[in-house]
Amino acid sequence: MVRLHQLFWSFFKIGTFTIGGGYAMIPLMEKELVDRRKWLEREEFLDLMAVSQALPGIFAVHMATSIGYRLRGVRGTLAAIAGNILMPIAIILCLAIGFRQLRDNALFEAVFKGIRPAVVALIAAPVFNMARTARISLRNCWIPILACLLIYLLGVSPVWIVLAAILGGSLYGYLTNRKEAAS
Amino acid sequence: MIFLRLFFTFLKIGVFSFGGGLATIALIQHDVVEEKGWLTTQEFTDIVATSQITPGPVGINTATYTGYTAVVNAGYPEWAGILGALTASFATILLPVILMLVVCNLLVKYRQNPVMAATLSVLRMAVVGLIAAAALLMVSAETFGSYSTDSLQFFVSIAIFAVVFIASFKFKTSPILLILLSGVAGLLVYGIFS
Repeated sequence: MVRLHQLFWSFFKIGTFTIGGGYAMIPLMEKELVDRRKWLEREEFLDLMAVSQALPGIFAVHMATSIGYRLRGVRGTLAAIAGNILMPIAIILCLAIGFRQLRDNALFEAVFKGIRPAVVALIAAPVFNMARTARISLRNCWIPILACLLIYLLGVSPVWIVLAAILGGSLYGYLTNRKEAAS
Repeated sequence: MIFLRLFFTFLKIGVFSFGGGLATIALIQHDVVEEKGWLTTQEFTDIVATSQITPGPVGINTATYTGYTAVVNAGYPEWAGILGALTASFATILLPVILMLVVCNLLVKYRQNPVMAATLSVLRMAVVGLIAAAALLMVSAETFGSYSTDSLQFFVSIAIFAVVFIASFKFKTSPILLILLSGVAGLLVYGIFS
């Protein structure tokens, strides 16, 4: 039986030593959980990844939730999540408090003046790779463009966009499925 | 009561965060910056930068830092800010975690279901637009400087944006390295040479 402190410790390592968000954790998770601890099969790991990506929420937390649950139930889930986010939250809090004091420092402001446009570029650049993964073509490119313009120009909440996409997508799937079944 | 509003705002953000940390950032930006005005665009951009160069899930980091700043901006002391940070990150994960526990088995079974597959594919397309909008909304005088009052900062910003965009898109350079280099560029241009 997997012990709770082992689960906590594994996810603590994964959370503490990966910079760059949830997806950057995948290789480390695979190595730690599949190869080293042998807690789950690679196949199962990939399935959990797919589920975690499909659901709303934080990807890394979903992985911790599902793997923790599979190994030790709800207590396993809590141990894995705590391990995964404890250190990141502590680090962010220290920085938040420290940065607040440094706010009026001219050199500190100079550094962030340089970083701000870079952040915008780092959000904009993945959009084009994501467009490829999402299989956006000339026929359906109106979906992301419309979504973008509604939010940017009209201030529509992304929540409505997500709801509309779920509704529209399931309706489309239902109709095409029925047509195929009928023919 | 700011903590209650923070809690419900991030509860909503968690439930609608489809498609990774960038989508979470887009939702936080809309609710917290555009709609409620708890943070300025500049503060939020700095938070996103910090969240990307520190360990952990970017969505959690951003929620934590945003919760802290929102509460402290509202005039509360530091310990209340820490409480705000914990409230925001807890609220962000609460419902998705419950959802994950409930539907984990169901979704594995129904992933091949055509209706589910179509829903997920349309959702993925919409999320691309959502993130693009977040990037567009972050382009402002606060983040790039204004052409009329400080044209040096404006042009330097455009240059940094272009270099980082190309490096990230074409050469897949690590975001951490790019943020650190941009910080050094900022220090040199605005701190030491002027």
